[in-house]
Amino acid sequence: MTKQNKKTIVVLLLLSVLLIVAPVLALRGAEFGGSDDAGSVMVEEVTGEAYEPWATPIFEQFLGGELPGELESLLFCVQTGIGVGVIAFFLGRFVERKKIEKERENEQK
Amino acid sequence: MTKKERKLVSLAVSLALAAGTVPAAGAMHIMEGYLPPMMCAVWGVIALPFLIAGFFSIKRTLAHDRRAITLLAMSAAFIFVISSLKIPSVTGSCSHMTGTGLGAMLFGPSAVSILGVIVLLFQAILLAHGGLTTLGANTFSMAVAGPFVSYGIYKLCQKLKVNRHVSIFLAACLGDLLTYCVTSFQLALAYPAAEGGMAVSVVKFLGVFAPTQLPLAVLEGILTVIVMIALESYARPELRALGFEEG
Repeated sequence: MTKQNKKTIVVLLLLSVLLIVAPVLALRGAEFGGSDDAGSVMVEEVTGEAYEPWATPIFEQFLGGELPGELESLLFCVQTGIGVGVIAFFLGRFVERKKIEKERENEQK
Repeated sequence: MTKKERKLVSLAVSLALAAGTVPAAGAMHIMEGYLPPMMCAVWGVIALPFLIAGFFSIKRTLAHDRRAITLLAMSAAFIFVISSLKIPSVTGSCSHMTGTGLGAMLFGPSAVSILGVIVLLFQAILLAHGGLTTLGANTFSMAVAGPFVSYGIYKLCQKLKVNRHVSIFLAACLGDLLTYCVTSFQLALAYPAAEGGMAVSVVKFLGVFAPTQLPLAVLEGILTVIVMIALESYARPELRALGFEEG
């Protein structure tokens, strides 16, 4: 990784943190509900009547009620965890591979 | 691919395809049961050919070079991570990104349809997020329309000789944004406004999704560039095997 790239990454990371934090600080006290929910509210507004979904999520049918909030966040974390695990595993291998290649080159010299 | 692997993949894909055709489909964040059954079916049918093309595309890529599987796994994992994070936005509500741009640039848009459908199934079944009935419509917006736009923009930028990282940023960012535009359109189709019809309702739904999504689309563009820089630094052989041009 070149110095230039390192700099770019640091700047980009700072920028992304700023993008996430700024709305939270700017809109203190806002609810930060899901925009999916805002969508269903809009459905009611547009059609002028409350919409009754004709199907319920399969897991909720199985549970016989709404998915508890804590469980939902657990499952979201599982999803994130799987993703991060896979990325970190392969990226780690790539980094090590490059290091070993470099060492070999140096030895040959 | 060994026989066993091929069987496994075909099984998973046929399951995914079966789910796509079940006469109850949805869109990325169109919730379970929020589209009329007829529309669910139509979106499912529309998404289906892209999934089939995606399956063959992935098969061909892997047959060409087995090593591509690491990057494929990473692209899928990227979608997993990115679409699991609910990010606060300027409108005071939260939404999440799609993460499909990276895979679209590396493997082509149809391959991402398969990766996207896996994530959508995960969320629909376990997280009550999206839904099985709305799977077809969600697949179309997130795993078909988004990646195709990303890919198109990336290729266009290459032709116009735009800076590589800028083109990656634009592709990922606009692909994400378009996903939500398509979702708005799908909802508007299902719910035309009582006064003014569909056009009014497109504007209304866009009004909900677009401002929320805009900063997130920028964020997705930035994150995709970061991952791409990392891959360019450490995974050159794999990128070269994919025919991905280096800057």
